[in-house]
Amino acid sequence: MSGIPHDHYEPKSNAGKWLHKRLPIVSLMYDTLMIPTPKNLNWMWIWGIVLMFCLVLQIITGIILVMHYTPHVDMAFASVEHIMRNVNGGWAMRYIHQNGASLFFIAVYLHIFRGLYYGSYKAPREITWIIGMLIYVLMMGTAFMGYVLPWGQMSFWGATVITGLFGAIPFAGDAIQTWLLGGPAVDNATLNRFLSLHYLLPFVILGLVIVHVWAFHTTGNNNPTGVEVRRTSRAEADADTLPFWPYFVIKDLFALAVILVGFFAIVGYMPNYLGHPDNYIEANPLVTPSHIVPEWYFLPFYAILRAFDSDVWIVIFFNFVSGGIIRADFFGVVMMFGAIMVVALAPWLDTSLVRSGRYRPMLKWWFWIFIVNFFVLMWAGSREPTAAIANVSLIGTAYWFAYFLVILPLLGVIEKPLPQPKTIEDDFKAHHGKADDTEGSAAAQPAPAK
Amino acid sequence: MSHAEDNSSSSGSRRDFLFYATGGVGAVAVGAGVWPLINQMNPSADVQAASTLRVDVSGVPVGTQLTVLFLGKPVFIRHRNGEEIAAAQEVDMADLVDDNARNPNAGADADAADSNRSLTAFNGENTGEWLVMQGVCTHLGCVPLGDGAGDFGGWFCPCHGSHYDTSGRIRRGPAPENLPVPPAVFVDETTILLG
Repeated sequence: MSGIPHDHYEPKSNAGKWLHKRLPIVSLMYDTLMIPTPKNLNWMWIWGIVLMFCLVLQIITGIILVMHYTPHVDMAFASVEHIMRNVNGGWAMRYIHQNGASLFFIAVYLHIFRGLYYGSYKAPREITWIIGMLIYVLMMGTAFMGYVLPWGQMSFWGATVITGLFGAIPFAGDAIQTWLLGGPAVDNATLNRFLSLHYLLPFVILGLVIVHVWAFHTTGNNNPTGVEVRRTSRAEADADTLPFWPYFVIKDLFALAVILVGFFAIVGYMPNYLGHPDNYIEANPLVTPSHIVPEWYFLPFYAILRAFDSDVWIVIFFNFVSGGIIRADFFGVVMMFGAIMVVALAPWLDTSLVRSGRYRPMLKWWFWIFIVNFFVLMWAGSREPTAAIANVSLIGTAYWFAYFLVILPLLGVIEKPLPQPKTIEDDFKAHHGKADDTEGSAAAQPAPAK
Repeated sequence: MSHAEDNSSSSGSRRDFLFYATGGVGAVAVGAGVWPLINQMNPSADVQAASTLRVDVSGVPVGTQLTVLFLGKPVFIRHRNGEEIAAAQEVDMADLVDDNARNPNAGADADAADSNRSLTAFNGENTGEWLVMQGVCTHLGCVPLGDGAGDFGGWFCPCHGSHYDTSGRIRRGPAPENLPVPPAVFVDETTILLG
């Protein structure tokens, strides 16, 4: 699969040869697992395996939960309590599934930020990046619909507010919202279709994950230097890489084990820390919770959504230009989806010829401001929307868009990059001493994160 | 996209015609097949059938409010007292944020005067006694608190601080519009038909 020269599977036994002629599945698995991987990968390259684990964990616990859950407005809330109190080990399944979503998003954000810093999105890995963003959007949809299923107050009012976003679309908004809900308001029809889609989408994600992996197995992994693996000869490729199995599998599994210690500590000791108490009150269409907040992983985008009211000059401008069709609420929706779109377009917005942020002295600063800004937006999204919070959100939103639409295109022109190592082998030696170490023991001491 | 290399005339061959005709019929067939798959998500017959509701208001004393669930959303039915009616009628139209009545019973262009918001009684008189409107804040859909809440003695939305007056008109806060009045009519002395 990969253009990097490496060993291929040769069937040895007669049975192996017989199967290989008819279905080369062992060969496919061998080439996938033995892919030559840059040997200087640091700890930020573990999140892919963590994400794969999360997807499988969520699918398995989810299938189990559906066996005991009742998708009906009168029974959903009680059936979740039934899972918590009566089903054998049900509480653990539900708490793992509930907190598994948070682990999933922690991992995906770190995975995306890793890509942004080390330029993993740049040619020739644009397709990997785009598919990754698609997976991320599907994850958000899946998580949102899953949160509605327990039919608590936050479930109901979250669904009301978020589907209301579609109602803000000019002209067809009301019809689209009614179509999504299956009625004039969030009700039984909504709950049932959300369960159906919440069950379906993870399998769509699984399919996209396979394509995602296929794409970067074709281009080869990026690495902290951003320098490509040499492909001109087998010896050079071997000096730059190690096979994924066993070197990186064991490293990734070690990292996963450490992460799971923290994960199960949260599941066991503070399973509701990341949730909202209001969701343990059954949904009531006559009473609104005093403060509607989405789950933490949506907060930065929720802040962007709320940043725009009719007093912001850009809203006034677009309202005037469109003859009143674009109002503040619709503009907020456009900006929220636009914030994700600009990330997906990063491969074409970044003009720098240097891939890794390690050799980009100016990008480093702007990148870390971007990360801080992400948390500022997250904080702003969790607050009551006062005028001060709206201003913070507006500044944060401006920086988010400026990073992709102004800073990334400009830096490629004005930045003077630092010298890059010629090869991955050079970088590896610089970090891990002599080249005459056996490759195996050297790989056991991976480079620190930065 | 010519499929007949041997045909040099610009008019296209019999094969081209068949190609496009088949493609066209195929597209129509796919569209016809997909439409039911999309349309099934629209409100079902029972949901549509529930789109009217008769409410007996004989047990609502003056100065109190009945909240009913209609089409999945709360509807406030307020039996206003003289003070509330007077306060609503005194308001200068220039003080209003939204000058549309938001009342389909009064017409799409009716201004937001209190007489265009309150419900006409069965005898045809509009004394302003009955105010019927959806209890859904026009900002983000929360349910406002009633019974004189807020700075204007009407309703107050706890989510983001929108104040509504005794006629349910937005006076302060982020909400852009007055609380909407649903289609409603008195069908006898004490029964309101919603929808």
